[in-house]
Amino acid sequence: MSPGGAAALAAAVRSGERSARSVVEEALQNVGATDAEVHAFVHVMGDEALKEADAVDAAVAAGRDPGPLAGVPVALKDNLCVRGVPTTCSSRILEGWRPPYDATVVERLRAAGAVAVGKTNMDEFAMGSSTENSSTGPTRNPADLSRVPGGSSGGSAAAVAAGMAPLALGSDTGGSIRQPAALCGVVGMKPTYGAVSRYGLVAFASSLDQIGPFGATVADAALLYDAVCGHDPCDSTSLSEVPRGSGGLDQGVEGLRVGFCTDLVDGASDDVVRRVREAANALAGAGAKVEEVAVPELRFGLSAYYLIAPAEASSNLARYDGVRYGLRVGAADVTAMNTATRTAGFGDEVKRRIMLGTYALSAGYYDAYYGQAQRVRTVVIEAFARAYAHFDVLLGATTPTTAFPIGERVDDPMAMYASDLFTVCSNLAGHPAVSVPFGTGDDGLPVGVQVLAPALGEELLFRVAAAVETGAP
Amino acid sequence: MSGTWEMVVGLEVHCELLTATKLFCGCPNAFGAEPNTNICPVCLGLPGSLPVLNEQAVELAMRIGTALHCEVRPSGFHRKNYFYPDMPKDFQISQYDAPINVGGWLELPDGSRVGVTRAHLEEDTGKTTHVGEGGRIHSAAHSLVDYNRSGVPLVEIVSEPDMRSSAQARAYAAELRAVLVATGASDGRMEEGSMRVDANVSVRPEAGAPFGTRCEIKNLNSLRSVARAIDYEAARQIALLEAGGKVDQETRHWDEQAGRTITLRSKEEAYDYRYFPEPDLVPLAPSDEWRQRVAGSLPALPAERRARLLGLLGEDATAAQSDQVLAVVDQGLDELVADAAERGAPVPLALARVANDVATDTDAGRRLDAGSLAALLAMESKGLLSVAQVREVLVDLLAAGGGDPEAIARDKGFEALSDDSLADVVRQVVEANPDEWARYCGGEDKLTGFFTGQVMKATGGKANGRAVAEELGRLRG
Repeated sequence: MSPGGAAALAAAVRSGERSARSVVEEALQNVGATDAEVHAFVHVMGDEALKEADAVDAAVAAGRDPGPLAGVPVALKDNLCVRGVPTTCSSRILEGWRPPYDATVVERLRAAGAVAVGKTNMDEFAMGSSTENSSTGPTRNPADLSRVPGGSSGGSAAAVAAGMAPLALGSDTGGSIRQPAALCGVVGMKPTYGAVSRYGLVAFASSLDQIGPFGATVADAALLYDAVCGHDPCDSTSLSEVPRGSGGLDQGVEGLRVGFCTDLVDGASDDVVRRVREAANALAGAGAKVEEVAVPELRFGLSAYYLIAPAEASSNLARYDGVRYGLRVGAADVTAMNTATRTAGFGDEVKRRIMLGTYALSAGYYDAYYGQAQRVRTVVIEAFARAYAHFDVLLGATTPTTAFPIGERVDDPMAMYASDLFTVCSNLAGHPAVSVPFGTGDDGLPVGVQVLAPALGEELLFRVAAAVETGAP
Repeated sequence: MSGTWEMVVGLEVHCELLTATKLFCGCPNAFGAEPNTNICPVCLGLPGSLPVLNEQAVELAMRIGTALHCEVRPSGFHRKNYFYPDMPKDFQISQYDAPINVGGWLELPDGSRVGVTRAHLEEDTGKTTHVGEGGRIHSAAHSLVDYNRSGVPLVEIVSEPDMRSSAQARAYAAELRAVLVATGASDGRMEEGSMRVDANVSVRPEAGAPFGTRCEIKNLNSLRSVARAIDYEAARQIALLEAGGKVDQETRHWDEQAGRTITLRSKEEAYDYRYFPEPDLVPLAPSDEWRQRVAGSLPALPAERRARLLGLLGEDATAAQSDQVLAVVDQGLDELVADAAERGAPVPLALARVANDVATDTDAGRRLDAGSLAALLAMESKGLLSVAQVREVLVDLLAAGGGDPEAIARDKGFEALSDDSLADVVRQVVEANPDEWARYCGGEDKLTGFFTGQVMKATGGKANGRAVAEELGRLRG
């Protein structure tokens, strides 16, 4: 969209060299030209975006600084609340609902001068890894329109990959930012749990959800992260001190200890593993000390994740009962109305997870399922802690494969869930991780390399990610 | 109850806290506003909203726990999951296995102690009005939900099954209400629903036998219904058992009009609440310093205040006086009694006047200047005013919050004789009637009436009869 990325775009707007309106108009034109094929957006905020762009231009004209993201178009996953703008989580059950309030990240974007241009497609309530579970149909991968973009933040990843928006926000509960970033060939980062406020993010699994940035480059993603991170009194799980992420981008990796995590490539296809090894070599070439490390406990993560996330989801999604907002299917009494509404309003995957989660929390089963999963979570956290005693960051694959064909896994939930194999443990531990594009696989489709860091290691994470990016083919 | 049957009762009391705002958002916690005006994304449970714990609610919960001799502990919140239209998230944020207050007790006026299992924090639901036949959800044409109450902070106080009569259960509820009011945690208004009582009732063939199957009775909106419902329910269970039947564990609804309990939910229909830790909140661990500050700031509690007045009365307090003590403490007028006593008013007189006369307007009574009351009672005890006159002066004192009772009495023309001038008049009457005086001195006490009549005649009725009798006695020596 613009050489130099979002920072250069903002600099041009701040200096008056370009108007925010022209930048936003260009983005909206790109959406108009491209999105019929990709279907990254479920709602384009044309009028609102132009109005906000004009406000940025007015600020510049008045000699005020509109902020570090002045005039930069940002796409928002459709589970982020924007006052007065439809927010559906790609679900029929939220049809027609317009939030009366802005998510904290939306307020922060506006304060930074960014312009929200639209809401992006997603797997319903963020449950999925392909953006096929959407009430408005699937998003297509801009690199190959017959393939999925990954998910659940597939719309945001595709919007950035197709150049429709330089930046996008997504949410990551088990890999929902990093996995689509890898499959679409962009940078996607999940922050430390509590680094970015969840206020106004429609909850999937509260103890795992985290909002994070997409960008074409590591620098862009870090810029967006810096704009939205920080303590928020409206989110009790928000951390009080949150360091910025972009401080060390040009510092290189000389002397850093990088663990090539064998358990984060085991099970990936050969071409993906090869790319991760190349990335490790690139870091070693840049002066990092790279060693192999096994963290076998990470293999338990997926099973624990698929109990904890559905359990929390079963409770979080109870409120969609037809009483107050969204879809209501009339029936003889309240209970029948609840049932009819939820039957018609939720898709199969959401229903599957509500049932799984309800079962996992039921009297007599809680300890064997939810309780056990929480114990596994502790095991994963302790295993990471042991690894980080020897390494500054860990390196692995983001996904086991490159983008798969649309329709291939829709009838095979277990195969779909396996897409999250390498990403879920960062969510279970609450640690930051980022996916950086690193060449292509044998099929010519993008491959993502994942960098993982301990809690609040964002600066280190982006620093290593920048080095991976530099070393990419 | 027939035979040797014994009832076993435990109470669950929900108390709305007197916080400025709701438990997890900044909406006003106020009763009686237009429906759905005190609401926001959080208490409406809108998608994306998150709870933030109200510190004042925690402090009030700690005050309750401390007043009930509970251990105030590190705690956390759980989600209690079930569907109900007036619960906007379709789960309630409550405390489950780690409540903030555990293991206390409440002492009742009769000296018995009732164990308190726990007193935990939770959020209230909205309020549903069923429009149409019967006013219950199943027969309603439609229902209206007011979410103003949604998210109002509650403390649920769960007693041990320690009560053995409806009178004791009623006394517990009354005493608990007094404690809640005294701590400033609640206004205790059962009629407005700010204190709601559920009763767990079972019966057993005799004291000491294993507990029977219990039923939980809901919808007890007054102390009277607490007692009535428990008596009805115990009798129902006994009749059932004596007829060879058995009691089913169930939740029952008290129908105040019909005076009976009816089945609401059987055990089979009971919800599986699927409790799990609330991931949107962090653990709650009040510091030692905070707990000590709360303990140090608690006012005297009803039991302590009753003991203080009874102590002032001394050993030979009558049963009637004990009842007066209970009443004035309940009305918050005990301090007035004690303060008036400290300023020289006789304790029994102060207690009687406050219990009988000041209590007609408790709000004004709590504002009344104790010094003014003490001055009035001093005039009464010296016989300077008749009882009727004292009451009239008191009305003025209550209306003004205090004043000079002598001046008020004078303005009303109650200017009774001063001690000195009464003595003069009595002496004149005695001197004018030497024969009668001699007989009186010889032991004819009935002549008191004669002399009193003469004094009244001489003073135009202003003299106090008791004071005249005292003066006569003094002269006789």
